[in-house]
Amino acid sequence: MTGRDDLEPGNRQIGAAPALGVEIPLTSSRPATARRLAAVYTPAVVAFAAVILLWEGTTRLLDVETFLLPKPSEIITSFVDTWSTVWEFGFRTLWEAFGGFVIGVVAAVATSFAAVRWVRFREGMLPIAIAMNSMPIVALAPIFNNWFGSTNVLAKMSVAAVVVYFPVMINTTRGLLEVDPGELELMRSVAAGPTETMRRVRIPHALPFFFASLKVASALSLIAAIIAEYFGGPQNVLGQYIINRANLFQFPDAWAAILVASLLGIAFYVLILVMERLAMPWHVSFRETE
Amino acid sequence: MTSPASPSQIGRAVRAGFSILAVIGGFILLWETYKLAWGALDWSWPVRPDNRTMPHSWDVVVALFQPAQRRGPILLLVELRAALFTLWEAFVGFLMGGAVGFGLGVLFVRSQTAERAFMPYVVGSQTVPILAIAPMVVVWGGRVDLPQWFIVSIIAAYLTFFPVAINTLRGLRSPQRTALELMTSYAASPREALWKLRVPSALPYIFTALKVSAAASVIGAIVGELPAGFRGGLGRDLLQFSQQFTAAPEKMFAAVIVAGLAGITFVGAVTLVEHRVVVAARRQSGEIGRAAA
Amino acid sequence: MTLVVEARSVSKTFGRAGEAVSALAGIDLEMSQGDFISLIGPSGCGKSTLLRLIADLAKPTGGELSVNGKTPERARTDRDYGMVFQSATLLDWRTVTKNVELPLEIMDVGGSERARRAEEMLKLVQLGQFADHFPWQLSGGMQQRVAIARALAFSPALLLMDEPFGALDEMTRELMQQEVLRLWGETGTSVVFVTHSIPEAVFLSTRVLVMTPRPGTISHEIAIDLPSRRDNETRKNPRYFELITEVRDALRSHD
Repeated sequence: MTGRDDLEPGNRQIGAAPALGVEIPLTSSRPATARRLAAVYTPAVVAFAAVILLWEGTTRLLDVETFLLPKPSEIITSFVDTWSTVWEFGFRTLWEAFGGFVIGVVAAVATSFAAVRWVRFREGMLPIAIAMNSMPIVALAPIFNNWFGSTNVLAKMSVAAVVVYFPVMINTTRGLLEVDPGELELMRSVAAGPTETMRRVRIPHALPFFFASLKVASALSLIAAIIAEYFGGPQNVLGQYIINRANLFQFPDAWAAILVASLLGIAFYVLILVMERLAMPWHVSFRETE
Repeated sequence: MTSPASPSQIGRAVRAGFSILAVIGGFILLWETYKLAWGALDWSWPVRPDNRTMPHSWDVVVALFQPAQRRGPILLLVELRAALFTLWEAFVGFLMGGAVGFGLGVLFVRSQTAERAFMPYVVGSQTVPILAIAPMVVVWGGRVDLPQWFIVSIIAAYLTFFPVAINTLRGLRSPQRTALELMTSYAASPREALWKLRVPSALPYIFTALKVSAAASVIGAIVGELPAGFRGGLGRDLLQFSQQFTAAPEKMFAAVIVAGLAGITFVGAVTLVEHRVVVAARRQSGEIGRAAA
Repeated sequence: MTLVVEARSVSKTFGRAGEAVSALAGIDLEMSQGDFISLIGPSGCGKSTLLRLIADLAKPTGGELSVNGKTPERARTDRDYGMVFQSATLLDWRTVTKNVELPLEIMDVGGSERARRAEEMLKLVQLGQFADHFPWQLSGGMQQRVAIARALAFSPALLLMDEPFGALDEMTRELMQQEVLRLWGETGTSVVFVTHSIPEAVFLSTRVLVMTPRPGTISHEIAIDLPSRRDNETRKNPRYFELITEVRDALRSHD
């Protein structure tokens, strides 16, 4: 169960999430002793704090105009001032993202199982999936807006679902299929049927791939929801808020909304991490290394 | 290996063409069948089958050949021009980002210090959801009097440089130890080792990233064109036709199709270049076969 | 006449004090032009390490080592040796000819001269008609022949071979051994050959150096007094079997 390099040539688009230009690193999180976490993250945290201070310092010193580059303090002020609005909008957008995520993942897993079971289906499906991955899926946003009504949350969820579907489907299929032939032969030698093989061999093997794709999909779904909102709909969501504030040159407000989006994204990601831990306690990357 | 197209290559292209037509045909069939069946059964979930929500496929095709506005050029031409504009923005950004990404990869392979110093920022750059803030960045660009299309290209570059940098680095580090030792045994300079061994080894990796980035650049360009006041480009048209949906649904679908094709075309073009440049790609497609050993 | 390789008390230690592993200790070796010596020993005896010290792919931690009368580093920058590894390590994206031309390119040899030498080398290893093929189109044995052609392309004084036939099947191996002997005869290059195989060492060499591990030292030096012209008949020669037994006993003497 090694971490496969999914952006390797040969494995091309499989594993990549071209829909929104993000790659999927397959290796899971580090072993989680407190000291190790501190050692790993401290430099990054310190660097981040330094950057913020530098940013604040230079913009104050040079008296940079807000529209040119807002100060962190202005962003925080806006964040605090618009707190309830921005979080309310944020959760609404998160709901769109999450709904789409669930739909997309369920569809992807179902398709993956079908692709494993029926070779013809797989051979037909995979090239289409790869081709569709090259298309700007967000272009579907106007269509869904008009089918379900732009005020209907389903319109945004659909965009998120489609964006999530492809990377999850491609990665899960890959995980289910690329099992060590030795293990498959072992299953055959004990007369295990396809369902047994699926349960005992394929699914455990696919879990790391599956969760890796979920982590990326979580970020993608949120971005997809926001972008879908740009194409129109109710005003009380993050996407519309961002674009409205930006059009009025109220950049600190827009950045505060982005901050909320980032925090929600991190929370979503952590949720996936927790689920992964629960599902795969045996995974290599969770063991204490020697 | 630049020989004229062999029979097997032509055969393969024809087969590919047929598969594509089959898929398109299949999709149209599904579309029309859905309309027919749902219409007959008077169902309306998930999508209503009426001609407003789901125009007939032939209506969409016809719309492409009608003038987009009163006495103007036909829709197809208008959309193609918009697509070219968007693709241009995406392409410029793609080139810039690709160059930067490649440069970073080469830098990091040469200098571990540089890698330790800058890699965190490279990775950190991706925590900024550039697609989400694309419209905002474009508005900002307009405010400070920078050319809008160029801002969009910057966004595309931002989306491109990261996958290319990561994959370039991976690829540059991919040669086996014996290959590197071979270069040492020839007293090859680091630059010679880079260009004769590392870069050719890295090409397959780089192109994988480039294909991902090509798709992302197109998306970035479209999203960047959304803010008010942007002129030209597919993003604008998608938004506009979406608002004019009730009057002319076919125009919107036509724009979506053109947008999809634009993405596929760009990625396809990169794939074609890959095929020419990367020997392994030609090997995989069977162009260079096995000899009787 | 300069010795092609001269080693005096050469040693190599890995790791820091306290955790140091002594890979080689007290290596004394003299090799004249035209010699074919094999280094043989169990895993971990340092034979590959010694080869790599000669190749300047690693530096000795003690003693003196000279190659062609120079420091190994100088010999490397002067391109006095060619090296063949266990895996052919051909560049996948280059044709066979271009692979052979690789060292010549790095040495800034002109285009037509490169092509001429590559063609000559490929003819020497009898792969002339595969000049425009790619590595994956060739069998393992053929790839190794290309690797040997490449190593000889710039006519070095010394050829270093690190278990070059380890990945080949026995039949191909015997054919390749014949090939190497022929090339050795035709080019007059000195050869240092690392191997696991006792028959191979005896068949090929003028001298076999038996090495023992922990720390790696040369425990026996066995002169191979078989007739200089070796072929399948040699493999039936009683002296051949005696020498194999001698080498085997030497290897076993430290169990």
